[in-house]
Amino acid sequence: MTGLAATSGNDLTTADGVPLKVSLSRAQRRNKIKAVLLVAPLFLFLLVAFILPIFDMLLRSIDSAEVVTHMPNTVRAISTWNGEGVPEEAVFAAAAQDLAAGSRARTIGKVASRLNYEIGGMRSLIMKTARKAKKLESGPYKAALIGMDKRWAKTDVWQLIKRESGSYTLSYYLAAVDHKYAADGSIEAKPENLQIYVNLFFRTMWMSGLITLLALLLGYPVAFLLATLPMRQSNLLMILVLLPFWTSLLVRTTTWIAILQSQGVLNDLAVWAGLITDENRLQLIYNKTGTVIAMTHILLPFMVLPLYSVMKTIPPTYMRAARSLGATGFTAFRRVYFPQTLSGIGAGSILVFILSIGYYITPALVGGQSGRFITNFVAYHMQQSLNWGLAAAIGSLLLATVIVFYLLYNRLVGVDNMKLG
Amino acid sequence: MREPLTSEVPREQAFVRFSNVQKSYDGEILVVKGFNLDIASGEFITLLGPSGSGKTTCLMMMAGFETPTHGDILLNGEPINTVPPHKRGIGMVFQNYALFPHMSVSENLAFPLEVRKLSAAETDRKVKRALEMVRLEDFGDRRPAQLSGGQQQRVALARALVFEPEIVLMDEPLGALDKNLREEMQYEIKRIHEDLGVTMIYVTHDQSEALTMSDRIAVFNDGIVQQLASPAVLYEQPDNAFVASFIGENNRLIGDVIELTEDCCKVRMESGAIIEALPVNVSAAGTRSTLSLRPERVTINPEANGLPNLFEARVIEVIYLGDHLRTRVAVCGNDEFIIKIPNAQTHPVLTRGQIITVGWAREDCRALDA
Repeated sequence: MTGLAATSGNDLTTADGVPLKVSLSRAQRRNKIKAVLLVAPLFLFLLVAFILPIFDMLLRSIDSAEVVTHMPNTVRAISTWNGEGVPEEAVFAAAAQDLAAGSRARTIGKVASRLNYEIGGMRSLIMKTARKAKKLESGPYKAALIGMDKRWAKTDVWQLIKRESGSYTLSYYLAAVDHKYAADGSIEAKPENLQIYVNLFFRTMWMSGLITLLALLLGYPVAFLLATLPMRQSNLLMILVLLPFWTSLLVRTTTWIAILQSQGVLNDLAVWAGLITDENRLQLIYNKTGTVIAMTHILLPFMVLPLYSVMKTIPPTYMRAARSLGATGFTAFRRVYFPQTLSGIGAGSILVFILSIGYYITPALVGGQSGRFITNFVAYHMQQSLNWGLAAAIGSLLLATVIVFYLLYNRLVGVDNMKLG
Repeated sequence: MREPLTSEVPREQAFVRFSNVQKSYDGEILVVKGFNLDIASGEFITLLGPSGSGKTTCLMMMAGFETPTHGDILLNGEPINTVPPHKRGIGMVFQNYALFPHMSVSENLAFPLEVRKLSAAETDRKVKRALEMVRLEDFGDRRPAQLSGGQQQRVALARALVFEPEIVLMDEPLGALDKNLREEMQYEIKRIHEDLGVTMIYVTHDQSEALTMSDRIAVFNDGIVQQLASPAVLYEQPDNAFVASFIGENNRLIGDVIELTEDCCKVRMESGAIIEALPVNVSAAGTRSTLSLRPERVTINPEANGLPNLFEARVIEVIYLGDHLRTRVAVCGNDEFIIKIPNAQTHPVLTRGQIITVGWAREDCRALDA
């Protein structure tokens, strides 16, 4: 009876009375430590080089500490203002003090840039006033500041300072989706001629979709050949598929320029063959066509390899079985082979699509004006306009899009089925 | 000498005929060299041979996946060389079953019926009947991966039969199963063959499988049919040394023919011993010959009852195998000579090193090619 009790229920013990679960976890601890130590270097590297920068980027897209850090007195004084008319003397006094201090410490430029993102001209207003405020010794400050620049009498300038006096802001995200705060603090669309990002987002998405589709149409037969040809031919074909991988991205992209430009190889051949006249050379590059052609080529291996690895696991006997059961070659393919490659199609498509919407160099080089992707504007704001907050906001939206597609894929196909070569 | 390779089916009754079929993949080597076989309707034919002997290639040519390089395959008298596989109406069971993994068992069985555009009701009825036939009524909704090897095997069999083909080809269908299951499936396949009366062409390298199931067996080696006969004839009367050694266990004694008459030939071993044998495949005195002798046909310490072959032997090894004792002895200069002693009440007790007398009849010892 006692023997039965010991083997039923949760309190199993080992021969010397230690609970089995305790004993098991003790035995596994050493293996766990080993596993952690093996993973640790890569994990630390990823943490420092990847995860932390992403969090920094996410923070930067909502960070708005410039005003509160460098104009602390103004922020405190303006908090009691009701937002109508012009603030009272105390706010002007605090502003004059902050501007003078900021000018001496050379930090006021950050505030000027930050506020200039929201209303054009704020940079010159702040910089000019700060320079003059250093010489200002006594009040009344209200009259003095308005005397320096009439814009200090405008309500929307002070409304802007009050709105951006918090540590965090949504204005970068609003800008990234072509919206802005109206003077009264409500959210409104930007004027139509200034709306660029939403259109760019959609253009990036549908062009990436097109590139994915083209890569699938071109890659599927190649992967099929790779998986079914005898070893010697398939190895040769594999080298051809991988060759682009071993060539510099820049070289591949500039090669497409040489081929596609209006005085390039393709147009020359078409003119020579009499397909088009010399005056009507096709514009194949520096537009959407150029981006689609070059990126389809560059991303093709990412479609072929997952397809190949899935097709490699499908024995040829399935097709033979289907044919012996009375199916024509096409029916056998459609009903037996194709369904088994769906996980490869899913893996390749999601990979190409995600890589594509984040692609930068190729659209920058061959896209011209119309073939640019959203990433080209991220780069522009990082390098040219130095509006890192906006760049971070666009980047975060891009990241969110990728995550949405990934989750969608996981729901539909299952990430477990994702095989990459 | 027996005429090799002639069929036992009268020409006009041949349902399937391989007529001088040759196959080469690379234009240099013939994997099938002149294959002739006539199969009667409802027959169970096994192509038996070691791997690489051309038997699977013959099956693939029958199914239409390979084209004969030369010769014709006829079905009901019509050549089918140019008929594509899906129009041949031949069921096939593959070595790894080739059940479609993305379809349930029922969908797998319905596939050949759907591509034949049968009505849904008809399809359901036939699928159900096929599942009953292989005793898997309750497994229709499962995926192949959720079945055991034996169950997958039965589904593959049912799928090959569900569209009622006149011929079913099987390519080593039991190779992946363990021994008990394999024996069980052998009887199952045999039962279905007898119930349906369908013609079966079965490929295997397992001789016991072939002996158990077949009406006739074609023993393949090196692209050539070595012997085509019923299991009993193959075992009892092998035509040549390859068949003798491939089917069942076999003692081989090699020597020179010194005297040859109609029903007796005398062969001298290297040890000097002279053995009397039945001439089967020897041409003339002076040639070399392999004598084939089944281990169970050797008598130990025979009484003087007139066996022509009586020799002294030394026991090297005795292995207890339950129903029989497998004894290895040295005789006539051959120390790989095996004797099977049935584990009967009165079997002789042998010990290592013991000197005994062994004897066998002339007709049990067949003189074959060298």
